Amino acid sequence: MSSHPKNVPITILRGVPEEETYEETFDVPYREGMSVLDAVVWIRTNVDSSIAFRYSCVNANACKECMVAVDGKTEYACTARLSSDGNTVGPLTNKVLIRDLVTDIVPPKENLRTILAERGEG
Amino acid sequence: MIHLETHVLVVGAGGAGMYAAIAAARNGADVILADKSMIGRGGATIMAQMTTAAALGEEEPDSWEKHLDDTLDAGRGLCNEELSAILCEEAIDRIREMDDWKVGWARKDGKITGVMAPGHSVPRCVYVDFLNTGPAVAKCLRTQVARADSALRISGVAINDVVVDDGVAIGAVGWNLEDETPVTIAANAVVLAAGGLTRLYARNSASINMNGDAYAMALRAGAELMDMEFPQFFPIGHLAPRLVGMDPIMWDPFRYKLGGRLFNADGEEFLHRYGGEDADKYTTTRDIISYGITKENEAGRATDNGGVYLSFRHLSEKVLRDAFGPVIDKLANNGIDLMERDVEVSPIAHYHMGGIRVNGSMETCVPGLYAAGEAVGGANGANRLSGNAIPEAFVFGERAGRFAAEYARGRNRSWVADAAVGHVDQLNAMIGRQTDANGEKAALGGMWAELQRLMWEKVGVLRTGDKLTSALTRIRDMRTELESVAPADDNEFNLTLQDWYDLRSALLTAESVTLAAINRTESRGAHQREDFEQTDPGQTYNQRLRLDDDGSIVSDYLSVAGGAQ
Ligand SMILES: Cc1cc2nc3c(=O)[nH]c(=O)nc-3n(C[C@H](O)[C@H](O)[C@H](O)COP(=O)(O)OP(=O)(O)OC[C@H]3O[C@@H](n4cnc5c(N)ncnc54)[C@H](O)[C@@H]3O)c2cc1C
Ligand code: FES
Repeated sequence: MSSHPKNVPITILRGVPEEETYEETFDVPYREGMSVLDAVVWIRTNVDSSIAFRYSCVNANACKECMVAVDGKTEYACTARLSSDGNTVGPLTNKVLIRDLVTDIVPPKENLRTILAERGEG
Repeated sequence: MIHLETHVLVVGAGGAGMYAAIAAARNGADVILADKSMIGRGGATIMAQMTTAAALGEEEPDSWEKHLDDTLDAGRGLCNEELSAILCEEAIDRIREMDDWKVGWARKDGKITGVMAPGHSVPRCVYVDFLNTGPAVAKCLRTQVARADSALRISGVAINDVVVDDGVAIGAVGWNLEDETPVTIAANAVVLAAGGLTRLYARNSASINMNGDAYAMALRAGAELMDMEFPQFFPIGHLAPRLVGMDPIMWDPFRYKLGGRLFNADGEEFLHRYGGEDADKYTTTRDIISYGITKENEAGRATDNGGVYLSFRHLSEKVLRDAFGPVIDKLANNGIDLMERDVEVSPIAHYHMGGIRVNGSMETCVPGLYAAGEAVGGANGANRLSGNAIPEAFVFGERAGRFAAEYARGRNRSWVADAAVGHVDQLNAMIGRQTDANGEKAALGGMWAELQRLMWEKVGVLRTGDKLTSALTRIRDMRTELESVAPADDNEFNLTLQDWYDLRSALLTAESVTLAAINRTESRGAHQREDFEQTDPGQTYNQRLRLDDDGSIVSDYLSVAGGAQ
């Protein structure tokens, strides 16, 4: 049988652009091979659903929506392995922050606010 | 609040939705294509690896009639023949059209090449190398829809409800994820192309956006569902060790090429107990494999993670490398050396045969409301052939867009704000209700996890009347409980509000599946009852579901027809 899972700390950079961002650390049960995405999903399911995070495909690495900064390095959350010592996860720094781990990666032509602004309705 | 107007609103931008938008635009309509995720990325289409069935007959003689025969055989008597025939005949046109759009179908000697897949009598499954079909078709359709001048694409708008006035669909209500603003969209025709429901199950191949929205929206709008008892389970989904960057149905191509052996936790081969074969060949049918693995679990012979072992250790490294060189390296990066260790596999929810009831024009019984793709029921009956789902998305998408455009073009827009007001008020109430009370912070996540476990354990591969009835009771209670659960009070990208609406759809859809499964007291195709193990020829009918005036789901039976309505 699998041994008792150990917890690892995962620190998430949170907040919205208008306010100062802050760090929040969660203890996540570690399973060998788990991804950073697995850890964030575990937190959302079990501790705090309010973390903003963008992803769709979970396993296939197909949607390419889940890019974040893992210990400062740009990675897909679904393929980055959670370190057994824990990681810090933050939003992409070269994109406009929306909230927590979500940045604006939607092409401008597909963004409703941009569309409305161009029509002069925004 | 934001208000938009168009001729045709397409809800969901997977293969079906993007094709619908392209077809509606080229048939003269203004289109809005809205997706709660990003255009062309959020659903199953981009995740598909390989097979796209179409009787092109370039390499070997083939015909769409043969493809139809195979489809009907697999459907175990329940296919809507009109829809199946449309799927098989027009798959050829869509595959050729996408070839013109340079999707990159694999070719041999200049001919589009097809592989064999179980249940097909001819090698007719075209693909894009290497295991790149989904990403390639998604990219191709994204490019085409971007070229359609009259189509507006919107990423990050989730649609909650179709607006119906006097029995006619006139648009939809949703919200902009980025800033939680309610959005109303007036449309002469609405196409539901929001995909399937496999996220309802704990073990699945789904993206997070496949939670049954299309079925629930259709029901609430007054449309009918059919064959909801038939989600399809893929028998050997990857279970453990954790594999990242690879989709859990990846072992299928391995088995086609290399066979492989299945063992229970005691190291015994077991398929012979259930009428299968244990040779190192992939000949045992999917339903027997799913059945056998589930039974071994019940008998306490499961692996640590609740599956069985799939082993390739009897093969040489050369054989493995010759067949799957780059994939072997990817596995090695995941710490999996197939020469050294077995992997654990289990059935997983993979596709839904049932869905919204439409006629050959993809029209529901609600005027102005159309459906396309995995959201539609009927073409695949009780069991789907490998490779039929991607062409279903293209063919039904194209039709839905074309017929919706024809319907919408000539009509005056008749937005009735009063008809939308109930949905808008409900949304505003949800936004206003938001609290961040401690202790409730993960209520929605917990409910999701509970529903997925419940569906897996009680409405999964092997069903009994008792298990189904207890699931139904719990699902109905959860529907009531959800009413008082509040999302968090964030305004930007508030996933908890999305969780709430996802769950609202998921619970109604789960109830539909469960109720339909209770009513079908036989085993047929993907619906396996332990208390009714035989197929009952007397139940060769489709089951139709709709919402009653008081909000309860009612069902009746229809003889299997050439076409709906
Ligand atoms: C991993 C995997 C592999 C597969 N492999 C194959 C294969 O090899 N061959 C084959 O034939 N089939 C395969 N299938 C099945 C096939 O991919 C699907 O049936 C098909 O792509 C469905 O297309 P669709 O457009 O109907 O739905 P999807 O592609 O799922 O698109 C639905 C879209 O609707 C959006 N949406 C959902 N709800 C809402 C809402 N409320 N508001 C706005 N937008 C919404 C979603 O975000 C998504 O983008 C596979 C499926 C999976 C999951
Ligand atoms: S979740 Fe889709 S690529 Fe990471």
